[in-house]
Amino acid sequence: MVAAIETTVLNCWFGSLQVLKDVDILVERNEIFGIIGPANSGKTTFLRAINRLNALVPSYRQTGLIQLAGRDIEEIEDTVLRRRVGIIFALPQVLPISIFDNVAYGPRMHGIANRSTLEQIVEQSLRRAHLWDEVKDRLHSPALRLSGGQQQRLCIARTLAVEPEVILYDEPCSGLDPISTAKVEETMQQLKERYTQVLVTNNTKQAARVCDRCAFFLMGQVIEVAQTSVLFTNPADQRTNDYITGRFG
Amino acid sequence: MSGARVRQNIAFGLMGLVTMLVVLPIILTLWYVVANGIGAISLDFILQPPRNGMREGGIFPAIVGTFILIVGTMILSLPIGVLSAIYLVEYAKDNLFTRLIKLAVVNLSGIPSIVYGLFGLTVFVVLLRLGTSILAGCMTLAIMSLPVIITATKEALESVPASYREISLSLGATKWQTVRHCVLPYAIPGILTGTVLSLSRAAGETAPILFTVAAFYLPRLPRSLFDQVMALPYHLYVISTQVPNMPLSLSFATAFVLISLVFLMNLVSIILRAHYRRKRQW
Amino acid sequence: MRRAITERIIETCIRLSGLVVILFVVLVFLFLLKDAVLLFGHYPLGQFLLGTKWLPISEPPSFGIIPLLIGSLYVTAGAIVLCVPVGVISAMFIAEVAPGPLKGILKSLVEILASIPSVVLGFIGLVWLGPFLKDLLGLRTGQCGLTGSLLLAFMALPTIISISEDALASVPKAFKEAAYGLGATRWQTLWRICLPAASSGIIAAVMLGIGRVIGETMVVMMVTGNSPVIPRSITQALRTLTATIASEMGEAVSGSEHYYALFAVGLVLFISTFLINLVADAFLRRARQ
Repeated sequence: MVAAIETTVLNCWFGSLQVLKDVDILVERNEIFGIIGPANSGKTTFLRAINRLNALVPSYRQTGLIQLAGRDIEEIEDTVLRRRVGIIFALPQVLPISIFDNVAYGPRMHGIANRSTLEQIVEQSLRRAHLWDEVKDRLHSPALRLSGGQQQRLCIARTLAVEPEVILYDEPCSGLDPISTAKVEETMQQLKERYTQVLVTNNTKQAARVCDRCAFFLMGQVIEVAQTSVLFTNPADQRTNDYITGRFG
Repeated sequence: MSGARVRQNIAFGLMGLVTMLVVLPIILTLWYVVANGIGAISLDFILQPPRNGMREGGIFPAIVGTFILIVGTMILSLPIGVLSAIYLVEYAKDNLFTRLIKLAVVNLSGIPSIVYGLFGLTVFVVLLRLGTSILAGCMTLAIMSLPVIITATKEALESVPASYREISLSLGATKWQTVRHCVLPYAIPGILTGTVLSLSRAAGETAPILFTVAAFYLPRLPRSLFDQVMALPYHLYVISTQVPNMPLSLSFATAFVLISLVFLMNLVSIILRAHYRRKRQW
Repeated sequence: MRRAITERIIETCIRLSGLVVILFVVLVFLFLLKDAVLLFGHYPLGQFLLGTKWLPISEPPSFGIIPLLIGSLYVTAGAIVLCVPVGVISAMFIAEVAPGPLKGILKSLVEILASIPSVVLGFIGLVWLGPFLKDLLGLRTGQCGLTGSLLLAFMALPTIISISEDALASVPKAFKEAAYGLGATRWQTLWRICLPAASSGIIAAVMLGIGRVIGETMVVMMVTGNSPVIPRSITQALRTLTATIASEMGEAVSGSEHYYALFAVGLVLFISTFLINLVADAFLRRARQ
């Protein structure tokens, strides 16, 4: 079976600063792949390389190969790539419009104008993001009135609405309380059967709870990739051990 | 009280007095125009053409002319101004072209209005054979208004959070879709405010329209874009310098109408700004 | 597919608008230059720049720009001397001394002043300020350089006040807090810390004010007496570069030497305001850093 994402000798720079060094990562289909590591270890850059959001920064350069389902992403147009690879940002980023319009934004941009089709997509996406029951009676009220946790699940629904294959999470729970975090994690588990998910997190416990496999990044390099259970109980590298036992980072 | 305190009080007091030197003339100017002008204001003054060599009658053609110039200027300058601001904020890379545009905006805003008048005369009136006409006048005023519109639009676009653009792009929207649906809607209040402000300035300008559109005395209304029109600021200039035995009350009344028009436009822009600021959620 | 084409068209328009803006500046310059150069075919550049007589309709005509330059210089210098101290001090008062509500009122009043059309101020100069100064100072005529300077100073105030006030307001709080921490009064802090820290912005404000004053047309045409001879003092009638163009273009026959001479005057104006703005922009940029 072809891997969902595969990077080969990926190197990234912002200006003269190298942020990623020779990163080889392989993400299987339908797994939740965790990326842990201290701040400034290149986790977010790696994530944003996959849907080419890094390219919005003028000083960004990159070498190496990134494949999405076996195809070099350089051959895929920006708009298509970003549809296939959705991203959830660190802080809930909702647009100051209604709940409905937030979810329908992506499909509308891709040319779906039919009202009933849009309603169907919005309902389905909100259901999959476990938000439907909480918001179904006020779809047209402003999204900014939702709580932080609801907003983050709305962001997930908005991403689901464009039918991605892969969902990237960039520290999605860093601004949330434990209950909201649990709801987001539960949602991620439910999404497993349909989507490949990559989770960048500062929270090693969260990685241990949610991820199938994990990679440990340190200063732009991949130190170790392993099954979550193995990585957290019996890491092969001393530095991984130091990190997960809380000795630095 | 310590010496330093005393010195501070004296300094602040003097500064307050100097500020009064600014404030008082402003209030006196307004009062002077209003007090002397309001008496001659009547429905006839607003709605009748001037008669008897402009010494009697109203200023209707000048009001209409100024209105036409404002609308024409907006139609011509708004699209170019907004689009080039979009270019500067959303598309421009840090290259020579971008720096040239920024430089051009700075210098357009500094060119004296009479020089715009010369340019309008030689290019629109003579070279393009538009003659002294509404079209030539609006084009001249439009170029003059560009820098204000560009600067206001730029600020409005820059105040839209960068995250909105990222959200839209990350959902697979194109660059233009992102600008159109995720940036422009939130920048519109700022754009409107800046546009109204620049138009109010254009409405009060005399020098750029002297040789491009303004008619000395033309009681009938224009029939086409190639006609001349009277305009309020030029009319005030004419009746206060070129017409002997002009009753002063009519000049004051004209100044009053001109000031009211400009203030009205400023008021609209202030209300727009306040209205949208209250509604905005980010 | 159609979507892609629309998108391409719109993006082309956006880029073109940027180009058009550059083009306008270049065109304004080129067309002034073109018509000005036509003068120098008949009339030597040296005599234009150094001639002390502006007699466009005598026979033979004389197009010496010196009287107009000196006229502009007198009026501008007078205006700047009057409005810079008043403007900067008011800006300091508004930025640092005035309490909240008063600050708002003062700022709106300055905005109101900025929006008064220049022709209205010219009119007031004509019917009130000129006669007033004539009686007050016992002048031969109220239509003189001084009346123009006073009105132009008034007109330049909003530019100077609002930009200086911005510059003062953007002085980092930490600077002020450090000064207060050392026991300085608000006045000492304002005078010794804020004013120097905002100096680039204030210089830019003054430069932009000068640009505004040099370019103003209607006021000077209406109140300075319109006499194109070298003035011996600011209380005499004189004429500026701008007023010369505005008052003579109507009578100049298109294509005549006189017509081209007025474009040459316009070119001189264009170049001087261009340079002033470049300098102002450089200071503004430094102020922002």
